[in-house]
Amino acid sequence: MAALTKEETEALIQEVLEIYPEQAKKDRAKHLAVNDPTLEKSNKCITSNRKSQPGVMTIRGCAYAGSKGVVWGPIKDMIHISHGPVGCGQYSRAGRRNYYVGTTGVNTFGTMNFTSDFTEKDIVFGGDKKLAKIITEIEGLFPLHKGISIQSECPIGLIGDDIEAVAKKGNKEIDKPVIPVRCEGFRGVSQSLGHHIANDAIRDWVLGNRDGDESFPTTPYDVAVIGDYNIGGDAWASRTLLEEMGLRVVAQWSGDGTLAEIENTPKVKLNLIHCYRSMNYIARHMEEKYKIPWIEYNFFGPTKIAESLRRIASHFDDTIKEGAERVIKRYEAEYQAVIDKYKPRLEGKRVMLYIGGLRPRHVIGAYEDLGMEVVGTGYEFGHNDDYDRTIKEMGNATLLYDDVTGYEFEEFVKRVQPDLIGSGIKEKYIFQKMGIPFRQMHSWDYSGPYHGYDGFAIFARDMDMTLNNPCWKQVKAPWKTEAGSEDVKIAA
Amino acid sequence: MPSVMLKKNSEGKLIFYVPKKDLEEVAESVEFDTADKWGGEVLLADGSKYYFEPIAPPDFPITLRAKRLDSGEE
Repeated sequence: MAALTKEETEALIQEVLEIYPEQAKKDRAKHLAVNDPTLEKSNKCITSNRKSQPGVMTIRGCAYAGSKGVVWGPIKDMIHISHGPVGCGQYSRAGRRNYYVGTTGVNTFGTMNFTSDFTEKDIVFGGDKKLAKIITEIEGLFPLHKGISIQSECPIGLIGDDIEAVAKKGNKEIDKPVIPVRCEGFRGVSQSLGHHIANDAIRDWVLGNRDGDESFPTTPYDVAVIGDYNIGGDAWASRTLLEEMGLRVVAQWSGDGTLAEIENTPKVKLNLIHCYRSMNYIARHMEEKYKIPWIEYNFFGPTKIAESLRRIASHFDDTIKEGAERVIKRYEAEYQAVIDKYKPRLEGKRVMLYIGGLRPRHVIGAYEDLGMEVVGTGYEFGHNDDYDRTIKEMGNATLLYDDVTGYEFEEFVKRVQPDLIGSGIKEKYIFQKMGIPFRQMHSWDYSGPYHGYDGFAIFARDMDMTLNNPCWKQVKAPWKTEAGSEDVKIAA
Repeated sequence: MPSVMLKKNSEGKLIFYVPKKDLEEVAESVEFDTADKWGGEVLLADGSKYYFEPIAPPDFPITLRAKRLDSGEE
């Protein structure tokens, strides 16, 4: 199907909005837009980070998800207590696949669920005593943990428990950091505020812990990887490239990260931000307090990797600049072989994305390297500054949708007829039943890593495996299929 | 009275960032920007104006309180 023109896309948005009542229509219209890459600022065309309309099927998460699930959860040598009813922690346990090394239950705790399991009694009489007891118990059962964070669930804020006081007492008792995080789920409009709250908690309770302590030996090439959650091993695939070009990665925030790494981050020379949405706050804070510059980078697909490596190297001396060129050269044959193999099978295919923090814009380059085209993208919880950065990456007259509702997304897909959709688990089966190839782009559909040159090979294979899977031909009854559909080119 | 994070970008221009509003904008002009005084009216690229109490030139990046004078269009 040919690409839609600007007028057609605008008409499509109007058509989809038709079903809403007046008020909802007015509100939703602000969140749907046709991309115009010439615009400098996104607020001219799209509104974001607003409360979802009651009654629509939004795909957003909550502040607790943003704090415990995203920012704090992957810090492996700390114990994160899901303070409140049991469900929030249990249903999100280990679902994000933040890989780490260590012995779970002994010195690392990433995939375990610690909860205060609130019952009616705790709501009525308060849960502070229970929390204090949990801290003591944790110290007895898991003596090798490096600290505890208390991740509040909704009831904590509603009943007004004083977790800060319990944390202070616990800190004295066990002589390890005990960090209260006020990330009750009802705060804010989406998980985005949870990221901010979590960043602020790190700023207030962790970052300054080693100020004035010069015992950590530094080098001029120290960097920190910020906003890489090591999903399916992403951070490892990124880290090898940085180390190969001569940099020393002091800290990984927070995939496979430790408390000590985070405390040592103020000693680095440059902060590298991958997920801008969830961790720009802390980078800005470090820039102000410790004068550490930060840059954003993108490790999806060889074009963007080369761009990013050169941009990172430009902040260092010639040895690192040479290192960057050496790394790009070294992997050239490898990624060229991947492109040669998969591009003929994927060329010209159209993709629609609807994801979270950084991927709606970051993965565009990787698709383009494979000759594919992204025809629609959107953020669950992006802000204006995310869309500012997206507009330039996207083609003219492509769709932008913010906090898209289940209905709108389905209608867009029916009309645009993309060859592949990248979104989350809640969308997966709807679109697969509609007969459209689908990849989960939050968890890499249980695959990964997708970052770095090694990740690109896996990315390309996965996209091909999904898109050109023979099963999609079986979705329609044989007597209803069009005769003479084109055959997929056989891989070289 | 929003808190504004101010920093210089690679071209030496002043970047104006208000965390609560996701407003990230280049400052077009600053009323006082001399060796002994900094502040006054700041005009942003999107047309809005903010006012800072004049102070001795700060060390950027820094967070300062600003008063909003004019929201530009809208």
